[in-house]
Amino acid sequence: MPDDLRHLIDALDDVAHEPGVSKPDPILVVDHVKRQFGGLTAVDVQHVEIQRGTITALIGPNGAGKTTFFNLLTGFDKPNEGSWTFDGHQLAGVRPHKVAKYGMVRTFQLTKALSRLTVMENMRLGAQDQRGESLFASIFPFLWRGQENEITEQALQLLDSFNLAAKQDELAGSLSGGQRKLLEMARALMVRPDMIMLDEPMAGVNPALTQSLLDHVREVRDRGTTVLFVEHDMDMVRDVSDWVIVMSQGQVIAEGPPHDVMGNEAVIDAYLGTHHDKPLTDTGEALTAHHEEQ
Amino acid sequence: MDWGNVFSQAITQGIGIQAVIFALAAIGLNVQFGYTGLLNFGQSGFLAVAAYGLGVSIAMMGWSLWVGLLVGIAAAVVLALLLGAPTLRLRADYLAIVTIAAAEILRLTFRSVSLDPIFGGSDGINRFADDFYSFNPYSSPVSIGPVSFSENDMWIVTIGWILVVVMSVLVFLMMRSPWGRVIKAIREDEDAVRSLGKSVYAYKLQALTIGGVMGCFGGFVAAIAFQSIQPDYYSTDLTFFAYAVLILGGAARVLGPIVGSVVFWFGLVLIDGTLSNAVSSGTIDFIRNDQVGQIRYWILGISLMLLMIYRPQGILGDKKELSLDAR
Repeated sequence: MPDDLRHLIDALDDVAHEPGVSKPDPILVVDHVKRQFGGLTAVDVQHVEIQRGTITALIGPNGAGKTTFFNLLTGFDKPNEGSWTFDGHQLAGVRPHKVAKYGMVRTFQLTKALSRLTVMENMRLGAQDQRGESLFASIFPFLWRGQENEITEQALQLLDSFNLAAKQDELAGSLSGGQRKLLEMARALMVRPDMIMLDEPMAGVNPALTQSLLDHVREVRDRGTTVLFVEHDMDMVRDVSDWVIVMSQGQVIAEGPPHDVMGNEAVIDAYLGTHHDKPLTDTGEALTAHHEEQ
Repeated sequence: MDWGNVFSQAITQGIGIQAVIFALAAIGLNVQFGYTGLLNFGQSGFLAVAAYGLGVSIAMMGWSLWVGLLVGIAAAVVLALLLGAPTLRLRADYLAIVTIAAAEILRLTFRSVSLDPIFGGSDGINRFADDFYSFNPYSSPVSIGPVSFSENDMWIVTIGWILVVVMSVLVFLMMRSPWGRVIKAIREDEDAVRSLGKSVYAYKLQALTIGGVMGCFGGFVAAIAFQSIQPDYYSTDLTFFAYAVLILGGAARVLGPIVGSVVFWFGLVLIDGTLSNAVSSGTIDFIRNDQVGQIRYWILGISLMLLMIYRPQGILGDKKELSLDAR
């Protein structure tokens, strides 16, 4: 890994392990983002920053609001209030395709490989600023043929590093679940994003493949792309992530390096329930006492 | 039974004016529905505004044929933008509802009594295309094998097939380009395309417009060939026949609409001729001659159902691609 990238990760050593803490070089800064569905507050994030050049894991139990938070940040859903900036761009109210153009590209929990397009066509779709994507230029191949060849070259290199080069002419629908995840990640990289957001990249992937998938995630970071990924399984993130943000019930409840967060009491409580080690009667009393305090 | 006559009738229709009109309408639908996945149930509206744009320009305004064609195309573009702009951000069903309603509104407007001075009411606009036939290079009826066309029919059929070929070449070029890649990707999954930095809305609007303009040439051919624009020709039947043609031939295939249209009209006229002959000669005695018109549609409908069951991808489609949908 180049020194300047290493430096961005090392900078996290001096950051306090508390929710909403400032980072030395944040690429994404989120303020007061709130999303309610009727009476349910799905996301209520006061402040969170993502350090540039790192792999940050966003974890939390099922229903913590991780995917909703992802949807909000990328413009696929609109928050009731809040603002966030990506690399200096104000992103509140910006449409999803613009968010991608600014360099923040996401993948989906349920893989969206475009089944009836070939693997190569999936890859080419990711490239930006294609001349042939305008309606009028489309019927004059000489206007875009050269660029298309460059894009194909890029796509081949990426497919090669994701072990998919042999599949380039097959329809994406014929790939296995794990290969589709890889394809979706590679396709997102075709956008040449500054930050890639992976929504549960390990979900539905054969456990034997998860290690190689994690290696790919590391590779992406080492090429200079910031990675933010959602995962609900804590063990998955331990090895790969530089920093972990924990969400529960829509809020950020803890932050820190993986080993530190795993031992955090609030995190254990969020995963297992607050009073998991106390007898039931005590729990009742504790709750009543809690109410009276308020 | 006069098989020779039945077949030559069927072939005449299979390559004749109706086949051209429906091929053009279906080429437009192919861009919208086959490639982009847009449910436009108002294709008849696009043909109608084109035909009326042409007819009104020539008959009422006294403009030339060329201006009339431009007015017709402009009307189709405006219709596409009007229908698409409010609905294409919504779920796919809204476009279907709005287009089918808009096409009926247009038809009822064109045939309304109060607008009779402009659109000619239910009689429509007649005998306005003499300009077109003044360019006719054919001076006598033309016979090709068992098929013969009058010189005027031959002229519009020639122009019609040239249009079909030009449109098909355009579709071929567009769909193998990066533009076509985005279009096909939208059919597969809009959100994936959005996440890759493409404005899905803009592409859908372009596809709806291009498909509408291509289809509107079917309206020109119909208006000119019949020298008559009848409002009720542009009813929902036309749209659904165009869908039948497209699905029969194979959606998202460049040649699908052409093959579909030829087979559809050849088949329909063949069934019709065979039944009429059989009834006249007494081979079939349980139906009357005036019932043949309905029964041919039963048979056509059953054939289409059988096709959907045993060959859902259409004549030219690829079964392997279709099976990927059902994961």
